Amino acid sequence: MAQLELRNIKKSFGDTAVLHDISLDVADGEFVSLVGQSGCGKSTLLRIIAGLEAPDSGDILIGGHSVTDSAPKDRNIAMVFQDYALYPHMSVGENMAMPLVMARLPLYARLPGLRSVTPVSRKAQPEIRAEIEKVAKQLRIDHLLDRRPAQLSGGQRQRVALGRALVRNPQVFLMDEPLSNLDAKLRVQVRTEITELHASSGLTFIYVTHDQVEAMTMSDRVALLQAGHLLQVGAPNALYADPANLDVARFIGSPEINIAVGERGPGGVRLGETTLPAVLDGQGPVQAPVHVGIRPEAIRVLDVPGLLALGQSQGPTLTLVKRMIEDLGPEVLIHGHFAHAPDGLIRVRAQKSDLYGQSDGLAQATTLKVMLNPAQLLFFDATGARVAAKTSDVMETV
Amino acid sequence: MAVSRLQRAQTRLAYMLVLPATLLILVIYIIPIILVFLASLTDYTLVRDGYAFVGLENYRTMFGDEVFANAVGNTFFYAALFLPGAFVISLILAIAIQEQKQFRSVLEVLYFLPVTSTLAAMALVWAALMDSGQGVINNTLETVGIPGVNWFGNEDVVLYSLAIISLWSIIGFNMVLFLAGLTSIPQNLYEAAAMDGADHPVDKFFRVTWPMLGPTAMFVAVTSSITAFKLFDTVAILTRGGPDRASEVFLYLAFLEGFEYFNMGYSAALSLFFLGIIFLFALLQALFTDRNVHY
Repeated sequence: MAQLELRNIKKSFGDTAVLHDISLDVADGEFVSLVGQSGCGKSTLLRIIAGLEAPDSGDILIGGHSVTDSAPKDRNIAMVFQDYALYPHMSVGENMAMPLVMARLPLYARLPGLRSVTPVSRKAQPEIRAEIEKVAKQLRIDHLLDRRPAQLSGGQRQRVALGRALVRNPQVFLMDEPLSNLDAKLRVQVRTEITELHASSGLTFIYVTHDQVEAMTMSDRVALLQAGHLLQVGAPNALYADPANLDVARFIGSPEINIAVGERGPGGVRLGETTLPAVLDGQGPVQAPVHVGIRPEAIRVLDVPGLLALGQSQGPTLTLVKRMIEDLGPEVLIHGHFAHAPDGLIRVRAQKSDLYGQSDGLAQATTLKVMLNPAQLLFFDATGARVAAKTSDVMETV
Repeated sequence: MAVSRLQRAQTRLAYMLVLPATLLILVIYIIPIILVFLASLTDYTLVRDGYAFVGLENYRTMFGDEVFANAVGNTFFYAALFLPGAFVISLILAIAIQEQKQFRSVLEVLYFLPVTSTLAAMALVWAALMDSGQGVINNTLETVGIPGVNWFGNEDVVLYSLAIISLWSIIGFNMVLFLAGLTSIPQNLYEAAAMDGADHPVDKFFRVTWPMLGPTAMFVAVTSSITAFKLFDTVAILTRGGPDRASEVFLYLAFLEGFEYFNMGYSAALSLFFLGIIFLFALLQALFTDRNVHY
C-alpha cells in the first residue's frame, strides 16, 4: 500500500514563504496532478516529497510511515526530472542500472576498477541486466541500451528517464513537468503513454505541470496551487464545473472562462442591459459587485444583425461588440466585449454548423446578440470567493 | 556571373581578415622556430665571428652528453613530484571550497593570490622562509623537535623544495579551473544520483563528479605538465642549478649553454627538443579533450 499523506507542509527560502501549510492525501494507485503557474510552489512540493528538499515543518507519510527524515533513496519513490537528468557519460543501460547497482552492491564493489571483478558484482550483474532488459522492452527502448543519451531523441530520452525510475520498482512515482521538453505532437502521444503506464502499473503517481490541459486529461484528481496555497483539490470536472473561487475558475479551462462584472439587484444579478435570473446565497448589499463567470459554452450566439437570426431569446440577452474572429476549423472563436463594458474581454465559441454556414459573414458583423444560460453561470463575490446561486435553466427551451 | 564575383569578393575579404593574425603568428612563432632550427645545425657561438654548418652534430652531442641526461632526469623527477600534487591538491581544494557557502569567495581569492604575484619576487620570500639558518620553516621545525632541513643546499632535497614553491604558486590557478568545471556540472545530476541511491560521497565523486569533470581534468593535467617542464625562474634565482647540478633542469641547461657558455647552436638544439616535448602534450590535449566531452 502506498498512499501518500502530506501534513501541514511549510517551506520558505530565506524570507520568502513558498509553501503555506499544505496538506494533501493521495490514495494508493491514484494519479494526482499538482498544477499551477510557475513559482506557485508545485515543484518545491514535489522535491519535498522526493526528499531533495526538507520542509521547514510538517510531515510526509508514505504507506502510513513518516519519511520526513529519510533520504530520497529510502522513500521507495522514483522521480522523472524535467530535463530527464540522465548521466551523459553512461550508456542507456548503465543509466537504468544505476538504482539497482546502488541498492544491491556494497560500496567496495561499486568502486571503479572493482565493478566487474568482485564476486558479488559478478553475481549481481546478470540479474540487473535481465531486469533492465525487461523494463526496456516494456518501454520499447531495448534496442537503445548501448547508446549514450546524447545520441537519442527527446522522446527516447524521456523513456530512458521513465525506465530508470521504473526499474527501482517504486511505490510512488513522481514526475516534474516531464512533457515540457517535447514538441507538441510528441507531447500528446507521451501523455497517453504515461496514462497507460499508470493504469498498467497501478502505482501512485504525482505529476507536476503548469499546463492545465495535461492535468485535466491525465489525472484522477487535480491539486491547484497558487502562491504557496492549495486552492482546491478535486476531480478535473469538479474543478471545472464547481470551482471554489475565481482563481481556480480562471486557471482551469481552455479557452479561459469569461469574467463580467455585474451587481446584486432585487430580482437577480444586474449585468449590463439585462438581469440574470439568479438568486445569490447569503446577504449582500444591493449594488454589491458580483463577478459573473461565463464558460464559453454557457454563452450562445442568438443573432447577428443583417446576417442570421437563430431564434427567440428565452434567457438573458446581451449585445457583444466583435473585435476579431479565430477560425478553428469546425468552430469559430469570437473575441469581443459586452456593449456595456468595453474593458472586459469575452470569448464566445460557436460551432460552424450552428451558424448555418454563415461563419464567413461574421467577419463583416460588428455587433452580435448573445444569450447566456443562467444555470451554467458561476458567481463570485468581490473577494473572488464563490457564491452559490439558484437559477433556472432556460437554454434547453430554445 | 554576379554570384562568382560575390564569391571572389568574399574570398578576398576572408584572406584580408586572417592576414594580420597570420603575419603575427609567422613573425612571432614560425620564423623564429625555423631560425632556431637552422641555428641548431651550426656551431654558432656568441664569442666568435662566423659559423659553420655542422649538420646534426649538436643533436649527437646532446644525446651523448651526461649533463643533458642529468638535466632530463632532474626534470622528470621534478615533474613526478609536482604533477600529482598540482592535480590532486587542487581538485580536493576545489571540491571542498565548492561546498562552502559562506566563505567561498574569500577562500577563492586567498588561494588565487599566489597566481597573481610575480614568482621571481616570491622566490626571494621563499628563500627567506626556507633559509637553513634563520628561516621561519626550520625555526618552527626545531621548536617542535624536528631537525631543520637544508632546503636548497642538500642535493637530495632541493628538487622537493622547488616543487613545494611551484605547487604553492599553481594550486590556486588549477583550483579555479576545477571550480569552473565543478560549477558547470548540472545540479540535477546529483539529485538524480541521490534518488538512485548514489548519495555516498564516494559514489557521488566516481559516478558524477569525476566523469563530468573529464575535459577540465585533461586541460589541468596538460597545462600543469607544460608548467612542470617549463621550470626555470626559481632555479635561476634560488639554486642556479646547484648543488652539484642536482637542480639543473632542462630549460635551465638550455639557458646555461646559450647565455653563460655562449654555445648558441647547441642551445638551439636543446630548445627544439624542449619544444618537441611541449608539442606532444599539446597534441595529447587536442586529441583527448574532444573525445571526453559529454555534453
